[in-house]
Amino acid sequence: MAGSEVTSSQYIQHHLTNWTYGLNPETGEWGFAHSAQEAAAMGFNAIHVDSMMWSIGLIVIAMIFFRGAAKKASAETPTGFQNFVEMIVDFVDDAVRGSFTSKNNMVAPLALTIFVWVFLMNLMDLIPVDLVPWIAGQIGYYVFGVDPHHVYMKIVPSTDPNVTFAMAIGVFFLILFYSIKIKGVGGFVGELTGMPFQTNNMLLKPFTTVINLVLEGVNLIAKPISLSLRLFGNMYAGEMIFILIALMYSAGWVMGIFGGTLQFVWAVFHILVITLQAFIFMTLTIVYLDMAHADHH
Amino acid sequence: MNINLTLIAQLVSFAVFVWFTMRFVWPPLVQAMDERKAKIADGLAAAERGAHEQELAEKRAAETIVQAKQQAAEIKANAEKQASMIVEEAKNKAQEEGSRQLAAAQAEIEQETNKAREQLRSKVAELAVAGAEKILRKEIDANAHKDIVDAVAQQI
Repeated sequence: MAGSEVTSSQYIQHHLTNWTYGLNPETGEWGFAHSAQEAAAMGFNAIHVDSMMWSIGLIVIAMIFFRGAAKKASAETPTGFQNFVEMIVDFVDDAVRGSFTSKNNMVAPLALTIFVWVFLMNLMDLIPVDLVPWIAGQIGYYVFGVDPHHVYMKIVPSTDPNVTFAMAIGVFFLILFYSIKIKGVGGFVGELTGMPFQTNNMLLKPFTTVINLVLEGVNLIAKPISLSLRLFGNMYAGEMIFILIALMYSAGWVMGIFGGTLQFVWAVFHILVITLQAFIFMTLTIVYLDMAHADHH
Repeated sequence: MNINLTLIAQLVSFAVFVWFTMRFVWPPLVQAMDERKAKIADGLAAAERGAHEQELAEKRAAETIVQAKQQAAEIKANAEKQASMIVEEAKNKAQEEGSRQLAAAQAEIEQETNKAREQLRSKVAELAVAGAEKILRKEIDANAHKDIVDAVAQQI
């Protein structure tokens, strides 16, 4: 994409803009945004087509494979792909058994979905940053007759805060749901207001209640926010560095070779980050849900 | 970087995929894995049982061998006893036979001797008679002196 008339900041800006479909406030019509400013102007009435496409596409492919393995699953000796799927299932199962002390049939499948999905979305980071956007630009130009500079394609869904926040909010809803289901509304409210400061003095009680509610409220809200921002921050920063490295390719062949080496090293390092972030997201989900199931702190 | 409808759409799809995993992916896989685990445990137990049975069989075999050896030794001892008995018997029989034959031979010899002696005696008597006849031909009648001659022959 790095044409001669494109500056570095434009290049970066282009890479960080989602392919957005939304309600254009100026024209009052639904359509694709042609620039980052236009996309930003759409506000909440917009949808990131690339994030949706890549994230759902990835998980659908994964689900097809997993469903295939589940259909073929038998007590006989597993082979090939079956083995691979069972290894992942076993890994998730171990993690759930290790951290989750109550009994709930939805935690393990939830953990599996999160792990596989986050991992696959992060994995897109290893595809060279320019490759897919360039292909998309060519398709946009030759098939749809759009200016390739107006074709936006962000292929790493986990660098889109919408995606990470959606997952974290999903987990947050589950935390709330199970907290109330297990402890009852009174128990949950009691947990939020009765700790950490405890008193039997009726005069002091309102103060401790308010302070406790603030502290516990922050504690509760921090869970989904830290969950989503950790993943988003890591992947966004990683993607950013890939983009910066990619900029070196337009600065002569010496910098190009240097950039190539850097990209390789960073990609190798990123393999760790990708897996680790998926694992952390999964483990924290399990731990948070375990805390929601626990009757006391 | 904008928060927008994508959030809602992702939330819905997240719920759908979690539901899908929970309904169609996780249970069959875990069930199959549990079944396999049980099967492997059964197999291991069976192997252990087999090993135990083999141990027992080996013990039994060893016992049988010891028994067989004992029996063989008994049989051998019996056979040896019998053999020595047979030999003894044969020896006795041979000895008996030998002494019997010896006795028979001796009896025969004695008989022969007696016979010979008898013949000799009769011959001597004859000779004596013949001699005496020759001597006495001229002077004595044979019939008249037969008693004397016989008495002489008897003394020989």
